[in-house]
Amino acid sequence: MQTKRMTFSSKWLPYALLAPQVIITLIFFIWPASQALYQSFLRQDIFGLRTNFVWFDNFNRLFADPLYLNSLKVTLVFSLGTTFLSMSVALLFAVMVNRMIRSRDSYTTFLVWPYAVAPAIAGVLWWFIFNPSIGIMPYMLKGFGYDWNHRSSSTDAMILVIIAAAWKQISYNFLFFLAGLQSIPHSLIEAAAIDGASRFKRFWTIVFPLLSPITFFLMVVNVVYAMFDTFGVIHATTEGGPAQATNILVYKVYRDGFVNLNLGSSAAQSVILMAIVIVLTVIQFRYIERRVNY
Amino acid sequence: MASIFMDNLGKVYTGGVRAVTGVNLDIADGEMIVLVGPSGCGKSTLLRMVAGLETISEGSLKIGDRVVNNLEPADRDIAMVFQNYALYPHMTVYNNLAYGLKNRGFAKSEIQRRVNEAAQMLEIGQFLDRKPRQLSGGQRQRVAMGRALVREPAAFLFDEPLSNLDAKLRVQMRVEIRQLQKRLGTTSLYVTHDQLEALTMADRLVVLNGGQIEQVGTPMELYSRPATTFVAGFIGSPAMNMLSSEYLRGLVSAEALSHVPTQADLIGIRPEDLSLAAPKDGEISLTGTLMLLEPAGAESHLHLRFDGHDDMIVARLPHVPDVAEGAKLTFSLPRGKLHPFDRASGKRMA
Ligand SMILES: Nc1ncnc2c1ncn2[C@@H]1O[C@H](COP(=O)(O)OP(=O)(O)O)[C@@H](O)[C@H]1O
Ligand SMILES: [Mg+2]
Repeated sequence: MQTKRMTFSSKWLPYALLAPQVIITLIFFIWPASQALYQSFLRQDIFGLRTNFVWFDNFNRLFADPLYLNSLKVTLVFSLGTTFLSMSVALLFAVMVNRMIRSRDSYTTFLVWPYAVAPAIAGVLWWFIFNPSIGIMPYMLKGFGYDWNHRSSSTDAMILVIIAAAWKQISYNFLFFLAGLQSIPHSLIEAAAIDGASRFKRFWTIVFPLLSPITFFLMVVNVVYAMFDTFGVIHATTEGGPAQATNILVYKVYRDGFVNLNLGSSAAQSVILMAIVIVLTVIQFRYIERRVNY
Repeated sequence: MASIFMDNLGKVYTGGVRAVTGVNLDIADGEMIVLVGPSGCGKSTLLRMVAGLETISEGSLKIGDRVVNNLEPADRDIAMVFQNYALYPHMTVYNNLAYGLKNRGFAKSEIQRRVNEAAQMLEIGQFLDRKPRQLSGGQRQRVAMGRALVREPAAFLFDEPLSNLDAKLRVQMRVEIRQLQKRLGTTSLYVTHDQLEALTMADRLVVLNGGQIEQVGTPMELYSRPATTFVAGFIGSPAMNMLSSEYLRGLVSAEALSHVPTQADLIGIRPEDLSLAAPKDGEISLTGTLMLLEPAGAESHLHLRFDGHDDMIVARLPHVPDVAEGAKLTFSLPRGKLHPFDRASGKRMA
């Protein structure tokens, strides 16, 4: 690619134009990140009187802490569950909408709406729906003989936060899947039909493999979303409970830092999160640039 | 192998667009039928009705001795070659060929045998491990052919399979497809908008216009006796010249036109029937001014203005004459080469 070279009459103008972006990045990213990094090496005594430089001790303690290891496991289950649920439901919707001709646009519009709902509001919505005493879902589940209570059952709590977190992502995934489906030439499906493949087989041997670049891209996006962007959902529904069952890493950073005021540990946790984001971002750019080849 | 019978086939798309009307056509076993017509005349629609990719709104369709109106594409025992080839991009060439056989539960050894045989026939043996995007247009075309071959279907359906190739490759593939079709003796329905492709490949030619059949016949029948002005204009290049008979009667003796029915008010003259040789006995002679000479190597196209006639008349000569633009030239034309039509109905008169 050829880059265009621009000449500015003033030497300072280009710097001035870049400044807002640079300043925002410095204030809201670089500075807090470096603070976190710095604090992750510090520990205060219990009265908050003295602060010591403890090197990697905060990290060592973390990986020896059963609560932290539990949080890692919870995060893994939660993000994979959320990703799988939101992607499979979105793919199902996309396939169904793609089959429509005239009503396609109106369905698309409806399916995109949830994306505009703020995560906290969505959380409250699910809190109401699943509220063990007043919610409609527990009431209906009782009809089937299931006693729903996400305040005592850790499985129920996990299912609730996964549904609440996945719900919003469905819209996003749906749009990508729909665009992907529409970019598959119809003649391929027709050729497969002539080649004797059933509807089911056509989907799994032709359509799904051709969607693989989009599927991969969405997988990374959804894992990142589930790991880092679901604070509001957790906060509004389970607050990490019961008994740490839904205390995902991001939520634990907040709890340990701002509720329990263990700043050193909280900082170390956010440094680890930062490392995970960096790794995921690198993977994403690597593969999206190259695309998944077929 | 099978014959195909179309009985009064019609297609109305949802939304009310009528694409095909009242098509009656019997295709003999092993015959190569070419559907030709301008873009949008319903060729693809008709072909896709045969394939089962579009529902049949009216009439009945038989392949062999089965009425197939309500059969799925897979159950019609046909294979189709698409305009964009429609190769599965994520599969190797081998798997592209094998896909249809696998779906039909063929044994692995049989699949291997058939794929290798087809690959050999089409000279794509060395590409079997490649993906379609690693092939040139011509090679993809062969793979698409191969996918149709391995199935050993009752009929081949082609939808403008050569239109994405460059001119030279088009001619080469045209010959290969025709040779292969003759060798295998498989009934074929071939769609094209290219009249030269149609003339050269067809056992019989079907000219479609506005979703209806204009004329069916061998290439020579359609060329020498076009049934309508539409066919006359579509088959042959450059297109047939059309003159009003009134105008022509003013130019030549009444005797020269004595065999032309008096009701025929439009006379067609093929550019290649005009020659610069001195008129022999019983030939018509016509004089015009040369406006433009287009040399085309072995032949030339002369654009002429005849006094009192608005449209230019084109003559096609099998050589490039040594004449200057602006010169008055006299052409001779055998009497039997006039094509009389009725202007209002477009029908041939004799
Ligand atoms: N899916 C469709 N829905 C509605 N009209 C269609 C559809 N496909 C084709 N048509 C119309 O049917 C007519 C014939 O189209 P087609 O068979 O593709 O022509 P051709 O292949 O001869 O160019 C055209 O007027 C076209 O606009
Ligand atoms: Mg077409």
